[in-house]
Amino acid sequence: MIPASFDYHRPDSVAAAVALLSAHGDEARVVAGGHSLIPMMKLRMAVPEHLVDLRDIGELKGIEVEGRKVAIGAMTTQAEVIASEALADVCPILRETSLQIADPQIRNLGTLGGNVANGDPGNDMPALMQTLDARFRVTGPEGTREIAARDFYEAAFFTALAEDEILVSIHFTAPAAGHGYAYEKQKRKIGDYATAAAAVLLEMESGQCRHAVIGLTNLADTPLVATAAAEALIGSPVDGPAIAAAAAAAEAVTEPVSDGRGPSAFRTKVAGVMVRRAILRALDRAA
Amino acid sequence: MSKQTISLTVNGSQVEAAAEPRTLLIHFLREQLSLTGPHIGCDTGHCGACTVDLDGQSVKSCMVFAIQAEGAEVTTIEGIAQPDGTLHALQEAFRQHHGLQCGYCTPGMITRAYRLLQENPDPSESDIRYGISGNLCRCTGYQNIVKAIQAAAQALTSVPEAAE
Repeated sequence: MIPASFDYHRPDSVAAAVALLSAHGDEARVVAGGHSLIPMMKLRMAVPEHLVDLRDIGELKGIEVEGRKVAIGAMTTQAEVIASEALADVCPILRETSLQIADPQIRNLGTLGGNVANGDPGNDMPALMQTLDARFRVTGPEGTREIAARDFYEAAFFTALAEDEILVSIHFTAPAAGHGYAYEKQKRKIGDYATAAAAVLLEMESGQCRHAVIGLTNLADTPLVATAAAEALIGSPVDGPAIAAAAAAAEAVTEPVSDGRGPSAFRTKVAGVMVRRAILRALDRAA
Repeated sequence: MSKQTISLTVNGSQVEAAAEPRTLLIHFLREQLSLTGPHIGCDTGHCGACTVDLDGQSVKSCMVFAIQAEGAEVTTIEGIAQPDGTLHALQEAFRQHHGLQCGYCTPGMITRAYRLLQENPDPSESDIRYGISGNLCRCTGYQNIVKAIQAAAQALTSVPEAAE
């Protein structure tokens, strides 16, 4: 499969990349790791006339951890996320999630920014970013602004990112030290998107849940934050009834499509199972 | 959209060839450079038959445009044996342990394992299985592939200078 012809651009700054997007409008697309866009180009479902490759833009790279404040450049690869000890020290759920994305070769090129900005409901990082209440810094011709991950996703492949804007970096405050965490993903095989997946962050104090957040992947046309599910845990000892209530509340907000991964009702049930397992594992890890 | 000259280092040699920006690295290697070791399997990034080493990392060359590899260093299966034809420990181990049947996945499998053993010279069985999870084999059931990689890891760690 051969993509349609395009002009290739390799700018070395965000400003130059934004200028190219402004000049070429919807005929231009940025490419990060390329593992979502290039398959779409082969299928001619994406036919950009100008491809703007972000790989040479140094300011889009790197992971900074200061105390519990984390900033990750959009072009940071999944392999770099996995390799970062500083990141794993304050927020290990990122490594756990990245390790469940695709396979080693794809994680070497696939980026965090591409994963969050693409808007594909199958991507794992969007729900995790919502769970962490991350903010996305984006730059366009008018300058730089921040968009909350929880406001970013409008529908499948539709996001709050304007056509001439580029995702530059991702910012969040890591959960308190001693938090429990888990990303549970049911998939048919390595490399597949989730049949259902759940991110859980949990903070315990004297045997009671002080704080909880639950995010869901590939269970609607956008990532989901299951607020009622988290509320079912908060103030409880995270025992059987609380976990059952949380799983039921999470199932209630899902709207998965029926596809090769199973009928909608099945995927909703799997969502409940993923939430239950993720809560148990997070609880086990919580200090 | 016309052809552009792409220069890169492939298996230690500086090469230059003209290609359109839309030319995938796998097509560039096979058709422009006549390196037909890396195979085109699924053409969708799943099977790993096209795996090459790009700047010290395993990648699927059907998922990269050749022009993106401008200035890069690429190693294909053709660059893994010694210049005098002496097989790499992995190639020898795949032969000894019957790590292939039809052989279609083998170039990608060995090229991936070559990098895996540099990242982790002493992998457990599950490290190996996870490490080659981006490479599909439809014949062997992976048993002998894993055995071959284990044997190569042993051979390489007992003679560390042979790792490259």
